[in-house]
Amino acid sequence: MLDDFFFRAVLAGVGVALVAGPLGCFVIWRRMAYFGDTMAHSALLGIALSLALEWPLLLCVFAIAAVISLLLTGLQRRGTLSTDSLLGILSHSTLAIGLVLLAFMTTVRVDLLGYLFGDILAVSRLDLAMIWVGGALVLAGLAMLWRPLLAATVNEELAAAEGLSPGRARLVFMLLMALVIAIAMKIIGILLITALLIIPAATARRFAATPEMMACLAAGFGALAAVGGLYLSLGFDTPSGPSIVVAALGLFVLALIPLPSFRRSEETATGLEHRS
Amino acid sequence: MKFPTVDFMRQQSTAALIGIRSAGVRRSGRWLVRGIDLDIHPGEILTLIGPNGSGKTTTAKMAVGIIEPDEGRVERSRKLVVGYVPQKLAVDRSLPLSVDRMMTLTTRADRRSVDAALDRVGIRHLSRAPVHDLSGGEFQRALLARAILRKPNLLVLDEPVQGVDFSGEIALYELISELRESEGCAILLISHDLHVVMAKTDRVLCLNGHVCCEGTPSSVAASPAYKQLFGERAAESLAVYRHHHDHTHLPDGRIAYSDGSTAEHGACGHGHHGHGDDHHHPVGTQDNAHRHGDQAGHRERQDDHA
Repeated sequence: MLDDFFFRAVLAGVGVALVAGPLGCFVIWRRMAYFGDTMAHSALLGIALSLALEWPLLLCVFAIAAVISLLLTGLQRRGTLSTDSLLGILSHSTLAIGLVLLAFMTTVRVDLLGYLFGDILAVSRLDLAMIWVGGALVLAGLAMLWRPLLAATVNEELAAAEGLSPGRARLVFMLLMALVIAIAMKIIGILLITALLIIPAATARRFAATPEMMACLAAGFGALAAVGGLYLSLGFDTPSGPSIVVAALGLFVLALIPLPSFRRSEETATGLEHRS
Repeated sequence: MKFPTVDFMRQQSTAALIGIRSAGVRRSGRWLVRGIDLDIHPGEILTLIGPNGSGKTTTAKMAVGIIEPDEGRVERSRKLVVGYVPQKLAVDRSLPLSVDRMMTLTTRADRRSVDAALDRVGIRHLSRAPVHDLSGGEFQRALLARAILRKPNLLVLDEPVQGVDFSGEIALYELISELRESEGCAILLISHDLHVVMAKTDRVLCLNGHVCCEGTPSSVAASPAYKQLFGERAAESLAVYRHHHDHTHLPDGRIAYSDGSTAEHGACGHGHHGHGDDHHHPVGTQDNAHRHGDQAGHRERQDDHA
């Protein structure tokens, strides 16, 4: 079965989605969507670095994403520029530097579109192993971190006063994000990773009464979107990343349809708040 | 003087939960607070008052370890368990959080303890409700329940009646004072309007970048100086009194007096004599137009009526 490229792609997509869902919930709760985008864009710099130094791709992408997130945290403390501007600067400059570096490497043939938007054919057995091992690591880390991270998400000071070290939780969370970006890159593509983090989690919000339920539902919706999107990709010969995101969006839109049993007032309020 | 329980008297003689020793916090070259000396004893209600920006919240945050002091030190008992009710807590609407789930945010607890804590503050019927749907008073009660569920020996309440209407305010203060007796915990209360809570407080600390004065409200109310200053009726009703500090704190930590002279920080020379209305301190201290030139850490102590 693993010989079939499509089956490998489905396994990879589901593996990535199962991890991205729960992590994406925190991205939404902590309002870090743009932050995730910036880390994902920096992955292209990691790819260029990996090709130039001939180091393992996963390691380079993870390292660059981690460095960027630490850099950003440091810059935020200085405080003259808003986080928004800092993210804009880092997001686009890392992407641009990555593209420029790749352009210099005339000897290496790079499938740029594949990296940017994901490639259904690109998932090797090794990639699959890395996705599932890496994904398991991320989920284990998130489970261990759950209470302090959730408490710090609700209120950092409360978490600090009651001895849960929110600073450490945030740091580990960023490393987990970097790892997810590294493993999700091949199948989703770096430009669309954030969508897989956010859209299933946003879809799950409406049906969830607790944070834990939302995380599980997000993983489920993500996996569903991955399978659906990959079939779409196979059937219509479309790139895998965008197809998965379109499927995720489809689920999100379906979930918006008002059902009598749901409280609509709450949903409208949620929608309004997230326009910013 | 009315200490609520004999227990409290006994507990107070044991070691302090938190000891702050000439501590200060500095941000962007300015001292938010400096020269703070403070012990918090088991079972007491200690209230911090002071105008906006006087460092009440900073002092409380330093006490429980949310921020580290830039000078001096803070000692915490190993037995210290803090229950914290922050000044502002806005739960993002994207986070589905029921009252039940919020109870166990920082600690594990079984169903029965959660119900008991919610019962204690009178909102057990709301246990399934999303926190976003609670009114201001209900939310404050939920936060209180969450804090006492940890079985703290120190409850820190930063302006706990914000966003609560007046009758709710009185009920909430009643509850806080009951909690001290039922839970046996010390309470560090931050308030800028003390007239309701005053009778329940054991000790009051007035801050204005440093400790201005300190004392028990009852002794203060009974003191001749207070009566002289405000009259018998004010003393009886523990009415709000207003005073203005006759100095401003310069960015470098020095103090400029209204007569134009300056002094090193902590040379605490307030004449609490005026009836200016820039801020008010409901607590009665008999700081009767005194001006003292001694150094940092000085404060006016008003221990129990001698």
